[in-house]
Amino acid sequence: MVRFENVGLRYGLGPEILSDLTFRIEPNSFQFLTGPSGAGKTSLLRLLFLSLQPTRGLISLFGRDTATLTRAELPNIRRRIGIVFQDFRLLDHLTTLENVALPLRVLGREESSYRAEVVELLRWVGLGDRIDAYPPVLSGGEKQRAAIARAVISRPEFLLADEPTGNVDPHLARRLLRLFVELHKSGTAVLIATHDIPLMDLYDAQRFVLSDSRLTIYD
Amino acid sequence: MSASRLRLPWSRRPEGRTAPVVPRASIAGKALTMIIAIMTLLAGLSVGAVDLISSATAGWQAQIVQQVTVQIRPAEGRDMDAEVNKALDIVRNAAGVASARALSQKNIADLLEPWLGKNVDLSDLPTPRLIVVELSDGAHPDLAALSASLEKAVPGATLDDHRVWLDRLRMTGSTLVGIGLGILALVVTATGLSVFFATRSAVAGNRDVVEVLHFVGARDGFVAAAFARRFMRFGLRGGAIGGGLSALFFLCLGWFGPSAGDAGGTLIRGVTLGPGGYLGIAVLVVLIAALTAATSRITVFAHLRKLG
Repeated sequence: MVRFENVGLRYGLGPEILSDLTFRIEPNSFQFLTGPSGAGKTSLLRLLFLSLQPTRGLISLFGRDTATLTRAELPNIRRRIGIVFQDFRLLDHLTTLENVALPLRVLGREESSYRAEVVELLRWVGLGDRIDAYPPVLSGGEKQRAAIARAVISRPEFLLADEPTGNVDPHLARRLLRLFVELHKSGTAVLIATHDIPLMDLYDAQRFVLSDSRLTIYD
Repeated sequence: MSASRLRLPWSRRPEGRTAPVVPRASIAGKALTMIIAIMTLLAGLSVGAVDLISSATAGWQAQIVQQVTVQIRPAEGRDMDAEVNKALDIVRNAAGVASARALSQKNIADLLEPWLGKNVDLSDLPTPRLIVVELSDGAHPDLAALSASLEKAVPGATLDDHRVWLDRLRMTGSTLVGIGLGILALVVTATGLSVFFATRSAVAGNRDVVEVLHFVGARDGFVAAAFARRFMRFGLRGGAIGGGLSALFFLCLGWFGPSAGDAGGTLIRGVTLGPGGYLGIAVLVVLIAALTAATSRITVFAHLRKLG
């Protein structure tokens, strides 16, 4: 599903912050991405959701070389990837339901066709009573769950999460991890970038460790 | 103030209404609407002023072109009344003349009043006699032939077609319209630039919306169209406020300002804006709304290119 071959990345004329990354992510797999701050985790995630182009090497997503993708093809690839941003990126003028439904709305679907589906998902992530609330009045944990719900509402084949438990207490972190595991069991490949080692210890999964701009994989 | 008036942006919205992806109200959006309203008001006033000047100068010219004057210089031993009647006969029988009337001694005294003062006896002064000739609408009489026959029949008679005056008026009118158009061009340019930069700034304030839509898989056209629709509304609302105020100003000026009758002694024939002026203001509003929408679209596309 995802293939990196000798991928390198540098910003401008600076040093390479990612060097010779070679790995694969298989469909319906689960992996953690970890490493010290500044190791390049967010940059790697940006490469994975096509927000950056590598300086060198080959990235293949869903069988397509990303270097050959046209702008018109990007949305179709992005719709197969769900993203949970570290800072949630919920839109303050939309309700929780409207924020979560955004990936369906950009497909041109009417609210009547997806409302029940979104409400069901919100209940599943424990936000059934916060459907009409706006992000400014949600707690950190609620925002996190809304962001996760938005990432999975369109049933993506690949889910990326950047520090999804960074702003929540250990109890809620475990609940969120269970949510990701459930998604994985339903067929989604999951990659979670995190610093939280106790959290990683809770689930037996492949670990990608970034250090000194290089990647080591522990099965 | 009631609680509903204090509704916060993130308070609950009635069910069954989906919010637009680009926020309806934001500080940047309100500021943009206000800028558009102010600049449209100024541009609308300029459009109206140019239209007023243009129609006023056209009016002066039309009025003067429709009139010629016959002047009969006094001479010793001549019966001036008989000379005037003879000239009137010639003029009235000429082709293209609608009417002709001789000014009385009182009319002439009124004309000379600014120089000679009131109650002056003109009988001792060698004042010329004047005949005002009104030409028919659209007529092009042979004024040279008329002048020649007048001079032949009535010694001392000359025909003044106001050509010198008309040329000066034309030049003055053209200069005024040119200055007006120059000011209008400057105001419209300033309006365009203000709207352009204010729109870019307002779009920049919604950058998070562009990015989130982009990352959830929206096509560039979807994002740009959503912004263009929202900003077109900002443009139309601001333009309607500014254009409406400028139109209202000219309506009030037409109702309460000097009318053609009041301004009888002046060169301004009332200050009523014609349909062309109001049409110009309406076109301005539409152009500004279109500019706002187009700028938002261009800015969103530029930002999306950076994201991609």
